[in-house]
Amino acid sequence: MNVTLTVNGESLTALAAGFESLLRILRETLNLPGSKNACEQGECGSCSVILDGEVVCACLVMIGDCEGADVTTVEGLASGDVLHEVQKVMIAEGGVQCGFCTPGIVVTGAHLLEHKPNPSEDQIREALSGNLCRCTGYGRILEAFQQLAGTDQ
Amino acid sequence: MTTRTRDTVTQGVGRSVPRPDGVPKVIGNFAYASDLYADGMLWAATLRSPHARARLVDLDTTQAIAMSGVQAVLTQEDVPGLLTFGQEKQDQPVFCDGEARFWGEPVAVVAADDPETARKAVQAIVAEWEALDPVTDPEQAAAGGAVFREMRIRRGDPSAVGEIVIEGYYETATQDQAPLGPEAGLAIPDGEGGVDLHVTSQWIHVDHPQIVACLGVSDDAVRCHPVGMGGAFGAREDISLHIHIALLALRTGRPIKMVYDRSESFVGHVKRHPSRMWYRHEADANGRLVKVTARLLLDGGAYTHTSPAVLANATFFTVGPYKCDNVVVDSAVARTNNPPCGAMRGFGAVQTCFGYESQMDRLAETLGLSPLDLRRRNALVAGDPLATSGQVISDALPTLEVIDALDSIPMPAPLEDDDPLHMPGGTGLTSPPSAVRRGVGYAVGLKNLAFSEGFDDFAEARVVLTSSGAEVHTAAMEVGQGLVTICQQITRSVLGVEQVVVIWDDTSQIGSAGSTSASRQTQMTGGAVHAAAVGLRDKILSTHDGDELRGDGVYRGGDLIVAIQEVCAAGPVDQWVRFRHPPTEEPDENGQGDVHAGFAVAAHRAVVDVDLELGLVRVVRVDTAQDVGKALNPQAVIGQLEGGIMQGVGLAVMEELVIDGGIIKNPTFTDYLLPTFLDAPPVEARIIEEPGNWGPFGAKGVGESPTISSTAAVVAAIRAATGKALHRAPVRPGDIVGL
Repeated sequence: MNVTLTVNGESLTALAAGFESLLRILRETLNLPGSKNACEQGECGSCSVILDGEVVCACLVMIGDCEGADVTTVEGLASGDVLHEVQKVMIAEGGVQCGFCTPGIVVTGAHLLEHKPNPSEDQIREALSGNLCRCTGYGRILEAFQQLAGTDQ
Repeated sequence: MTTRTRDTVTQGVGRSVPRPDGVPKVIGNFAYASDLYADGMLWAATLRSPHARARLVDLDTTQAIAMSGVQAVLTQEDVPGLLTFGQEKQDQPVFCDGEARFWGEPVAVVAADDPETARKAVQAIVAEWEALDPVTDPEQAAAGGAVFREMRIRRGDPSAVGEIVIEGYYETATQDQAPLGPEAGLAIPDGEGGVDLHVTSQWIHVDHPQIVACLGVSDDAVRCHPVGMGGAFGAREDISLHIHIALLALRTGRPIKMVYDRSESFVGHVKRHPSRMWYRHEADANGRLVKVTARLLLDGGAYTHTSPAVLANATFFTVGPYKCDNVVVDSAVARTNNPPCGAMRGFGAVQTCFGYESQMDRLAETLGLSPLDLRRRNALVAGDPLATSGQVISDALPTLEVIDALDSIPMPAPLEDDDPLHMPGGTGLTSPPSAVRRGVGYAVGLKNLAFSEGFDDFAEARVVLTSSGAEVHTAAMEVGQGLVTICQQITRSVLGVEQVVVIWDDTSQIGSAGSTSASRQTQMTGGAVHAAAVGLRDKILSTHDGDELRGDGVYRGGDLIVAIQEVCAAGPVDQWVRFRHPPTEEPDENGQGDVHAGFAVAAHRAVVDVDLELGLVRVVRVDTAQDVGKALNPQAVIGQLEGGIMQGVGLAVMEELVIDGGIIKNPTFTDYLLPTFLDAPPVEARIIEEPGNWGPFGAKGVGESPTISSTAAVVAAIRAATGKALHRAPVRPGDIVGL
């Protein structure tokens, strides 16, 4: 089957059997490997994308359900060479180590700030609680988002 | 080594310089091993043993080979060279050799046009098994002589006695490194019988000889390349899919890609050894240790991997950062049919820290001393002999400063609100505040830096100066810790140039950097880069009779005398170095000798809230003070401290591979729980900078210390809240409520 969807503002058509995950098609068919394949069990959030306005794990979405969908991946957040504010602050505050969780954190965090520009610490923690990070212990990531939220202590 | 470094650069050592791979990582185009692609590549998948121990009666691959889209199926018969591999001892078969010795042991691999076909072909292989009784009890295995290594420490007077005697038994569970990046790789045949390998690894130069031997080819036929990695923490210290995809690439003549899924990753790498520890501490009436007697038993699983070195660390750090003149230790690492164990952050020192710190708390309680006062009273410092090996500590060891700094960090406010987000039960609304008790616990940990026991430990690096900046060449593996940033900072500070790029060389281009493990790369590869940069600078200054090098050229008396273009007029100037740390020696039959190259100490204070009715724990905060020598990049140091502490918190309250009959029952992120953002306690850290003897600018490795004593501190805090003895990590709800 052909599935036509909008990815990062661009209308794309993917040839698929239909049962593949959105993650598989993004990574292997549409040449967008930024969304990561850390667990493919919907537990780690490394493949977080914004699908029709909601953050989802792309590994849990069947491509057959994506006809006409609007998808934003980590590759779609920067404007040309100008990084999204979340991307900038993640680098500046040391929120990136191995970086495998980073695409999911950046996408989820950008979505949070779009809907809630000044989240409290608890709200930041809750919004990102579906994104596992094994390197940082979350401390520098929290610091980064608190800076953006203006709730830094 | 003298340096004439002046800070003419803005991004040199001591600054929180952002990492150079930050931008590609945040925009999603950093190339991890699992993202690699080559034209015409095939996908590979692995058939694994469904039994912890079984005889392979028959293996029929004909149906799999006949499937459309399948290009090759390989078994042990297809291995042209050595049939086994291993870092310390080559005892693990590349494919099942007729008997599977652990659950998940590779039996065959398939290459197919796409990953789905490869997995279907794996299912089409018919393996007939005769199940055998697995040996899963390390005690039984060790009693029968099935050990990878046994050690003994005999120091001082074995008949010494103390007035106060504390005996205890402790256990730690099997922990998984769970790096978010799965094992992955791409093998590209060169058309001349050789292959280029891009596989997740912590040490490509130790992979290389193992791969070459199994392929039965010459050394130069295989090139192992550094690759982007999503974490490691010890999981990539040993071979995973390297040999399998190399064999498939040579068989098919096409590039081969393989990526483990999460469940396969759980069986596809070694784990932290589970431990059993029996301790007897004897002290005088003032709490000073008189004698420590211990027996340690680790379960190494089915094959050797790095078990001998893990046992050495556990054994030499049986007593921890404390003085004691009389020590008796007998230790062993057993061979069983459990999943193989090897390196994980802390590497043996984590397990014994849980044991000795549990003992120190009981000793303090018996004597009516505060936990920190007892530790101050016994603190091992520079000039003292290590309790086990007798090695006099010649490196800086600010144990007392670390304890005092930790003690100076303010305590958090008491639990005041009843917001469920701040309760042990979280949003499940499970804990009425009246059921919640707070506890505070402390632990101090000691660890060696770099490799020990006489190993010829070195790192090579090459620094090249051109008119547009400097290049650093190394084969050291960047796994996320920020080595790439440190290499740039050191080079900038020594050469006075801002523009520095780090180029990852493959095994044919440069010699070994050693492993990215044992807290060693900041000191070893950092040391090599420093020495190369100093050599390069001194060579240039000598040639041009200058006294300072900066980005624009050679200076004398503050004046530019030779422009950088002229310095490099005949081409780039370069300097190669093989850097070694001070030599170490093998221990004698009593475990005595100058076994280690250096030491670092850290302390943790954990504050927990515990729901006494349901046994739920919320780690409120974990504070720390750590001996780092010199913080080359303070932000990166904090990142290591916070990240390492979280892995220690995981082992304290939630992380355990549940293994029953040799079979892992929870090989998913659904069932093997990692700390989330909601579990993560805030960390306040005090960095103690007392320069070490041989790291660049006095730096010490910082990666492992945060993980060593944080587990013990959290469990101590739960004991303080509950009054329970709690001899095992992780602490389970049933341990708290008495089920």
